[in-house]
Amino acid sequence: MIVPGATLAEISTAPGFSFRQYLVCLKGILIREGLRFLNQRERFISSLVRPLLWLFVFAAGFRQVLGVSIIPPYRTYVLYEVYITPGLCAMILLFSGMQSSLSMVYDREMGNMRTLLVSPFPRWFLLVSKLFAGVTVSILQVYAFLAVAWFWGVRPPLSGYLLVLPALFLSGMMLCSLGMLLSSMIKQLENFAGVMNFVIFPMYFASPALYPLWRIQESSPLLHKICLANPFTYAVELIRFALYGQVDWHSLLVVLGCIVLFLGGAILAYDPSTGLLVRRQDTGGNA
Amino acid sequence: MQHVKANEGIKLPAALEVSGVTHAYGPKKALSDVSFAIAPGKFTVLLGLNGAGKTTLLSLVSHLYNARHGTIRIFGHDISRQPGEALRRLGIVFQARTLDLDLTVHQNLSYHASLHGIGSRGASERIKVLLAQVDMGDRLHDKARSLSGGQMRRVEIVRALLHRPQLLLLDEATVGLDIQSRAEILATIRELVARDGISVFWATHLIDEVQESDHAVVLHKGEVLATGKVTDVTRSAGAETIRQAFSTLTGLKQSSSEGGPS
Repeated sequence: MIVPGATLAEISTAPGFSFRQYLVCLKGILIREGLRFLNQRERFISSLVRPLLWLFVFAAGFRQVLGVSIIPPYRTYVLYEVYITPGLCAMILLFSGMQSSLSMVYDREMGNMRTLLVSPFPRWFLLVSKLFAGVTVSILQVYAFLAVAWFWGVRPPLSGYLLVLPALFLSGMMLCSLGMLLSSMIKQLENFAGVMNFVIFPMYFASPALYPLWRIQESSPLLHKICLANPFTYAVELIRFALYGQVDWHSLLVVLGCIVLFLGGAILAYDPSTGLLVRRQDTGGNA
Repeated sequence: MQHVKANEGIKLPAALEVSGVTHAYGPKKALSDVSFAIAPGKFTVLLGLNGAGKTTLLSLVSHLYNARHGTIRIFGHDISRQPGEALRRLGIVFQARTLDLDLTVHQNLSYHASLHGIGSRGASERIKVLLAQVDMGDRLHDKARSLSGGQMRRVEIVRALLHRPQLLLLDEATVGLDIQSRAEILATIRELVARDGISVFWATHLIDEVQESDHAVVLHKGEVLATGKVTDVTRSAGAETIRQAFSTLTGLKQSSSEGGPS
């Protein structure tokens, strides 16, 4: 165990790290992610403005056009803005996940990523910690959004604010680990715009975030199938049900499965011996 | 595993032992059967022109990538099999600037300390001591963005020393700095070797950074041409200075391998 102030001999003979040191490492990564977020006020503002625009403008405009029948977890007819709120929560997580992916590509290009990767802690732990930190920051954004939405009349049961936390965490983990996996595949920062176009928007629009699945099925069976194959669909439904005190087991299982898949892929991709980084490095990429 | 006999007669593992390391970027070979060992507590220069493979070698030593072939040991710990044990003994200053520009000096250093499991209280004290040693004590709460190139480099050296490494790797640490900053950084590192007995592996293409008392590894086109004390490398090349020896060695290499290494 490294004790601050320990002599060189003490440090060099002690193997491994204690549980407390793992917590210190996790805390350090959390603080750094938080500080970076606070230092980028535009990022916080844009993360709030985006869903609020959808809520204030899009939902208000489409309230009369898009009727929503009674579907679980709702027990009555709900206003359109109430319907799209869980989808907007998931949208914040989606953008945040991709933002952390962008920051990893940026860190890699700027060299900051190296300081993380040369830490003696296991690489899987470093990546999971980074994910955890990214998800924590994005959950705070979701709660800020839900607070504003409350004043706009979107008022789920009070218990829902607490019960939605695990759903937000799992959905955030899924989307952030997808972002991390993507970041290992992106060679340069400039290529990130492609991710925005080919990942974020298709995932968001081909989901029940804006309209219920049964409506999509009515208008386009093909799009309905695409929605069912979209992991984001299950994040939206998991959050929607949790916000009203229910568990959508199907969505929960899919989200858990996707976390294992994406996170496993990201850990493999950042592994120094097997990962995509090595293969990308073959073509001249940076670590 | 190579061992070096310490003064007390106890055999210590080499600070860094590289055996038969080969690495390629696709079809382009970057390192070819590289082998050498550096002794603990010495200042060893990795001397090579741009493109010699220095950064690749240091990336493999710091476990950013795994070597395709060969083994790398840091104080006896195989970097592939025991990366944690090897990396905790290693401090690294990368060629590219790696400070987070939006964070303060203290925040940057605290982050690094946490990546080595060092808590905030212990880290803060050590940060103050080390920053004072490099005359940066008054810049603790300044944003990294506001520092000059030389100051950033000094903060990066402090960062690399925070966890008390036994081996310090520096990749072209003086590139882009003015003469005074270069001299100051080099002096700081040499003082570390003399005072704390830390092992230093200093990668550079600047031959005037090499002193006669140093050890050297001459790397050219991914191959080690010579290794040992600078005086021995100079003598074995039949030269009078390390500058002449370097020219002779790399010149010989160029003429003896027409067609060049792949």
